[in-house]
Amino acid sequence: MSIEHRDDTGARFGMWLFLYTEVILFSGLFILYAMALSKFPQQFAEASHKLNIYFGSINTIVLLTSSLTIALAVTAIQRGRIRQTLILCGVTVALALLFLVNKYFEWSEEIGHGIYPGSEHLAEMGPGVTNFFNLYYFTAGLHGLHVFIGATLISIVAVLTAKGKVTSDRYTLLENSALYWHLVDLVWIFLFPLYYLIL
Amino acid sequence: MSEKTTYTGFWQESPRTGILGWLLTTDHKRIGILYLGCIITMFIVAAILGLAIRLELIAPGRTIMDAQTYNATFTVHGIIMIFMFLIPSIPAAFGNLLLPIHIGARDVSFPKLNLLSWYCYIVGGVLAVTSIFSGGGAPDTGWTFYVPFSTQTNTNVSLAAFAAFMLGFSSILTGINFVTTVHRLRCKGMKWGRLPLFVWTLYATAWIQVLATPMIGITLVLIILERTFGAGLFDVARGGDPILYQHLFWIYSHPAVYIMILPGMGVISEIIPTFSRKPLFGYWAMALSSLAIAFAGSLVWAHHMYASGMSDLAILIFSFLTFIVAIPSAIKVFNWVSTLYKGSIELAPPMLFALAFIFNFAIGGLGGLALGAAASDIHLHDTTFVVGHFHYVMFGGGGFALFAAMHYWLPKFTGRMYNHKMAVIGWALLFVGFNVTYMAMQAVGIMGMPRRYYDYIPEFTTLNLVSTIGSWVMAVGLIIMFANLWHGLRKGRPVGKNPWGGATLEWDIPSPPPMENFGEEDPVVTKGPYEFKGVVADEY
Repeated sequence: MSIEHRDDTGARFGMWLFLYTEVILFSGLFILYAMALSKFPQQFAEASHKLNIYFGSINTIVLLTSSLTIALAVTAIQRGRIRQTLILCGVTVALALLFLVNKYFEWSEEIGHGIYPGSEHLAEMGPGVTNFFNLYYFTAGLHGLHVFIGATLISIVAVLTAKGKVTSDRYTLLENSALYWHLVDLVWIFLFPLYYLIL
Repeated sequence: MSEKTTYTGFWQESPRTGILGWLLTTDHKRIGILYLGCIITMFIVAAILGLAIRLELIAPGRTIMDAQTYNATFTVHGIIMIFMFLIPSIPAAFGNLLLPIHIGARDVSFPKLNLLSWYCYIVGGVLAVTSIFSGGGAPDTGWTFYVPFSTQTNTNVSLAAFAAFMLGFSSILTGINFVTTVHRLRCKGMKWGRLPLFVWTLYATAWIQVLATPMIGITLVLIILERTFGAGLFDVARGGDPILYQHLFWIYSHPAVYIMILPGMGVISEIIPTFSRKPLFGYWAMALSSLAIAFAGSLVWAHHMYASGMSDLAILIFSFLTFIVAIPSAIKVFNWVSTLYKGSIELAPPMLFALAFIFNFAIGGLGGLALGAAASDIHLHDTTFVVGHFHYVMFGGGGFALFAAMHYWLPKFTGRMYNHKMAVIGWALLFVGFNVTYMAMQAVGIMGMPRRYYDYIPEFTTLNLVSTIGSWVMAVGLIIMFANLWHGLRKGRPVGKNPWGGATLEWDIPSPPPMENFGEEDPVVTKGPYEFKGVVADEY
């Protein structure tokens, strides 16, 4: 295109639409959760108590902190502080990795106890518990995938910032990545109580 | 395109030359042409499969294929026609070609995303075709992938489901792009009340694509996970629920039929005024009924499941909501007919296709009411009446609308005109063959013939024979139509910028349009899309 076209509001608008599709994507799993919960309230509570609440709580703190750092990164780029932006992006990515490592240990422990989709041990505990853990693995797994994608996205934007492609008057890319990251955080805010806390 | 063609405009102007100028293009017109080529190819493949199904059903017992091949054939016919032809057909091909021009823009909001969306479509298409020839054989579940069969069959369901997932992603990206484009890139003077109806329907369609498609994404992923890891979320023995699968599937797939038909309605709303030389009757009723269809159509999914196991109250509610959708649909049909009233009607080929659309869609729509009413649905459920109804709205509606759009707009984009006489012959064969095929199918369905069956009792033979003969007439019509278009659009007489005398923006710019649509100056709009005063059709 020979004529430069730039529409930051349009880009943000598109991002919000995309975030909406992500909400719908997860909502399918939440519908399954709601239906199964109404069918097996007792077994769901029983299964929920098997989850390690410390892992979940630490990950909640990690993810909330990372949402703060990426929000600060957006403010930093708006004020033209490139170095600060890069540091904050780096911290966000590091926290994302910490989240995934934590998740790895949590899942290893559970799998070690014979709790994973399709396991014999799980099948013995009854359909409600099986369903709970199947949903748990796939919802948290899909969320984990989003954490990975978000961290990749933020790394790319950080590289672009270092190269001077993202600047104080051209920061929509970072802003949109931050929006995506907040969504990842938001999904976890719903996942955490549903699976670890309220039952 | 060979070097010898004399096409100008966007066919020649591109930052890159040669094949890369197409594969890496971000020009919405080139992407539209890429989509159109793929979509027509897919349509021809799936139409041949459809003819094979009809040929198998010409007489009871085995005719040309065994039962397993038959199952695979109707499944692949369905998957290709739905996910690779109908859903992207008008929005992705003609939407890309026309949406920016209709609103006076240079391109869509996110041109690179637009190209990515085409690549997602290609990946999905390649995977779907691969699934036919690899693994445990072509999927045999029907295009609906219903559990528990889809999680147990040994055929290549996972790959086909992933292909549909990719195609859904492509559809979402197009939807996001179009909604943003309509909001952000309308040119000066292009108020909401001056948008052509085609844009309104694309806008409504894009919202459905954004709102509903992720649901099929997660549902298909769960099918794949179930087959790979034994997740059991739809398996009763492991605490799952197979009916839930049907709900999740139809929460997308019912709105999806509006993705397929709404843009077609937009095409018809463009063609009818142009060839009646009259403004469209009831502009705002038409515009808002598009949104109403998109909204109400999202709330009726469970009418596919009256026989699956639901409470009577739920059946009552979904049946009621289904009747609600008929209201905006009927508004559209009445307004098209009112536009024709006392118009100066010219029966050019696009107009004939548009009139055929109204005829077919009216029959299909009324059949839909018979299926939406719970009492009659119990009798008609899973019979070939459903198949006939579906083809009346989707092929007789959506398909004919695409053909109408091709006859109406392709001269604009190639700058050449096809042979009108041949177009009318092709249309007549297609229209007659279509109605013979699917009316016979509906009739035999009312008699009780189940759909998707390989064999049937001798009483159904005559109507099945009639239906198969109709399918051949239709095939001849299709061949004539495509051959005529292909020949005419390459070698036909050159046309000026406004061969039909249309009043929307695309008829103000050269045929074929230049790369940046409107040149250096952005257009300023001062009148509505259907004000024909002073608009003169070019001689050709």
